[in-house]
Amino acid sequence: MSVEYIYPEFEVIRNENRCICCRVCERQCANEVHRCDADNNLMLSDESKCVNCQRCVSLCPTHALKIIKSDCALRENANWQNDTIKEIYKQASSGGVLLSSMGNPKSFPVYWDKILINASQVTNPPIDPLREPMETKVFLGKKPDKIERDDNGNLKCELPPQLELSMPVMFSAMSYGSISYNAHASLARASKELGILYNTGEGGLHEDFYCYGENTIVQVASGRFGVHKDYLEAGAAVEIKMGQGAKPGIGGHLPGAKIVGDVSRTRMIPEGSDAISPAPHHDIYSIEDLRQLVFSLKEATEYKKPVIVKVAAVHNIAAIASGIARSGADIIAIDGFRGGTGAAPTRIRDNVGIPIELALASVDQRLRDEGIRNNVSLVVGGSIRSASDVIKAVALGADACYIATAALLALGCHLCRTCQSGKCNWGIATQNPDLVKRLNPDIGSQRLINLMTAWNHEIKELMGGMGINSIEALRGNRLMLRGVGLTGKELEILGISHAGE
Amino acid sequence: MNLEGKVRIPSGCAIAAVISKKGKRMTGESIIDAMKPMHDRSNGLGGGFAAYGIYPEYKEFYAFHFFFNSREVRKSTEQFLKERFEIVKSEIVPTRKIPAITDEPIIWRYFVSPLQSVLKNLQLDEDEFVARTVMKINTEENGAYIFSSGKNMGAFKAVGFPEDVGIFYKLDEYEGYTWTAHGRYPTNTPGWWGGAHPFTLLDYSIVHNGEISSYDANRRFIEMFGYKCTLQTDTEVITYIMDYLLRKQGLTLGETASVIAAPFWSTIENKTDIIDKEKHKYLRTLFPSLLVTGPFSIVFGFNGGLMALNDRLKLRSMVVGEKDDRVYVASEEAAIRVMEPNVDNIWAPTGGEPVIVTLEEGCEL
Amino acid sequence: MKRVYAEEKWCIGCHLCEYNCAFANSGESDMAKALKNKPVFPRITVEEDNKITYALSCRHCDDPICVKSCISGALSVQNGVIRIDKDKCIGCLTCILVCPYGAVSQGKNGVVQKCELCLENSCGEPACVKGCPNRALVYEERGDDK
Repeated sequence: MSVEYIYPEFEVIRNENRCICCRVCERQCANEVHRCDADNNLMLSDESKCVNCQRCVSLCPTHALKIIKSDCALRENANWQNDTIKEIYKQASSGGVLLSSMGNPKSFPVYWDKILINASQVTNPPIDPLREPMETKVFLGKKPDKIERDDNGNLKCELPPQLELSMPVMFSAMSYGSISYNAHASLARASKELGILYNTGEGGLHEDFYCYGENTIVQVASGRFGVHKDYLEAGAAVEIKMGQGAKPGIGGHLPGAKIVGDVSRTRMIPEGSDAISPAPHHDIYSIEDLRQLVFSLKEATEYKKPVIVKVAAVHNIAAIASGIARSGADIIAIDGFRGGTGAAPTRIRDNVGIPIELALASVDQRLRDEGIRNNVSLVVGGSIRSASDVIKAVALGADACYIATAALLALGCHLCRTCQSGKCNWGIATQNPDLVKRLNPDIGSQRLINLMTAWNHEIKELMGGMGINSIEALRGNRLMLRGVGLTGKELEILGISHAGE
Repeated sequence: MNLEGKVRIPSGCAIAAVISKKGKRMTGESIIDAMKPMHDRSNGLGGGFAAYGIYPEYKEFYAFHFFFNSREVRKSTEQFLKERFEIVKSEIVPTRKIPAITDEPIIWRYFVSPLQSVLKNLQLDEDEFVARTVMKINTEENGAYIFSSGKNMGAFKAVGFPEDVGIFYKLDEYEGYTWTAHGRYPTNTPGWWGGAHPFTLLDYSIVHNGEISSYDANRRFIEMFGYKCTLQTDTEVITYIMDYLLRKQGLTLGETASVIAAPFWSTIENKTDIIDKEKHKYLRTLFPSLLVTGPFSIVFGFNGGLMALNDRLKLRSMVVGEKDDRVYVASEEAAIRVMEPNVDNIWAPTGGEPVIVTLEEGCEL
Repeated sequence: MKRVYAEEKWCIGCHLCEYNCAFANSGESDMAKALKNKPVFPRITVEEDNKITYALSCRHCDDPICVKSCISGALSVQNGVIRIDKDKCIGCLTCILVCPYGAVSQGKNGVVQKCELCLENSCGEPACVKGCPNRALVYEERGDDK
């Protein structure tokens, strides 16, 4: 028997002068932090249950609440930090693998923040997006090496299947199951309105959302959940998920508790059974196997839909991407080590994979060196946080970006990183009907539309400043970027000059 | 300070061109004069000309114009050429000594034909072989630089104002049916003759005014296909794009213009001619990385004609005039008026709309 | 006529509408001052059981039985909105008895209160709708006037 008490991570600070005991905090907290002492007309808190999701803070009508990090700390130790020690206590108590959610929170360098964007001065003019057309439309897909003409010498205008996006951003894969029906509804509706695409993730496609097929990427992952002919045909593109930035090299595990009702039906597995996606696809142990799956899916969809292969950014990503570019895939999606997840082993999330900025730069350059950049479009994700991140990614060589965490934030997520608990107070990462209904897709989709519209405005402003009026003239245009505070090696990999050069 | 090629140098410019549609040859005097009223558009750090139809007696042979840093380099380069080409003539390019032009390298020209045995061995056609040879020599940076490599045409360029460059090269003694000219306003002092314009590859030449914002997107794309952008100039990358689209992809001039100055998507969407609409959508989707944005006005010269083109927003001035069988292009109307005071028809082409002039059929060159 | 409609599907049972209503009609400028340690008299109430929650307030019926039954003339229809004149109300509570929805209640001082769409108070639009975090209350024209 040992003493196991770990002081709560957060403190609930309630301003008693403002609290009116309306109990909204109590009603809204699925973790049951708040309770009412009716006798004394007082609200009380059990802080040990608080995950700092800020739901109570956001809904408190008198702004009487705040959640702060507890200052109860162990003795300072640069080597044995607080979190490290507490994780040891947890494991000594549970004997289990630590689980975490959302992206890697550790203080690795964020290269986006060390890259600066150019603007025109004197020698060429900036372009004002309010006065001149500014184009952000992109087409994703294979571009043939040669034009062809018919017998009369006219161009044969047939292209392999292309995805048309109104702006170079898509919502990346989040399965129905890991997120709620209403979150999916919000993403689907926003995608249609915006002229972009969202991604089903590995959970299949709910029958209600087949009508958004033109704006849907249907995913085929190692568990093959929810995959059938109609599903493949419903989407605009098919994505083979080989890996995920948050947890490269391992599969997925959606606990049986979340496999309820429609989730079970959509995934085509029994209610209550754990949905376990194996680490590899058991029919893909090598690149030639991948090629077979790519063409199986193309056969199944009559070569009408582009096939995306999604991989996690790992050390050898350039060579891997080169292999994929020759596998028949139309689009490669690369997910950086900061990418989010509904649940991943903490050690893997925090220590495996490489930053997307470096992966993107080396893949784009490698594909150009090999003369096969036109074989595929490149989509990157794994923490694209803003319009300027999008601009930097495109200038490094991406055709488009995948965003998920940013989209969830727009839906209300406060990055408390406890998706694995299934008690998301914002109605996103939960299947509890009472919680799911907190996310009204009328609001959710509008907020996603607002976010993307705002980003698109910013993208246009940044492009105009550079004197560029079409996004394709920015793609791979690394001269528009400069690094600050980066080593020679980092600059070399990113293929950019240092500021001042 | 880094030489041109080690660093990217933006520059403003003056351009001018004239072509006789009937293929009537004219001396370089008139085009030299045309550059005078645009003197202030250059700053004395680069001027040059390209002329077509000037070597009728050697029209079957590639005319290589070289800058050599030293006699030794010339000798070793000549040896290199001899292993690959039949050299039918080798001579110094005649120049006048004038105070405005100094520090000239050795300027030499060869008229050559690739050895058939070499072509067969490499399984290349002669244009491709010549293009690769030019790029090989120019990327080796050993003091030899080919600044002109087409048949029956030649580029002439130097550090100096264009009107002085014309006198220096004795262009009044050459006769061509097309002349293009360039005066440069670079924003630092490369002091290197190879950095002057026009830029050429085979018989393609470009004079360009502008600073394109798409440069690195274009460069990194075109370098996938064997081109090496050693000068880091817009003119160079645009020349390679033209070569890639015309010679390697087999697009027409008009289609090429639709790639590099592609119409806005909204314009394409509103086209009523379905075939035209489909074609534009196809070209833009297929070659997105060859769209050139930012200001440019170019005159693209080739054997048998020229094409003038502005960026699609028309961020640089360019006017076109006509008189009898001649068509004139220049950054400023004044330059055209110098060449032809009684020009009939003068207009500023819309951004992105190419003006294509080709010789009439049956011209004797 | 614009009315407040409850979207039961999106009601999350947070009861904020009740507090926003009570505050809007309090005449105070600070919610804590208005509602802290005081009995709260909202004109909208959240009905709930284990499965369903929704907010209920006056429907502003076209042919309102409450107005017909009011013996003091305190209730009246003005531009479609059922208004209460508190000075006239004698607190007989007949309206509460007859309202089929249970949308009328007794406020402080014993007089009757009901939703008047915040047309007179400082809110200017229904405070319950404005403060609903999930758009479970909407204020709109649905064209179902007779």
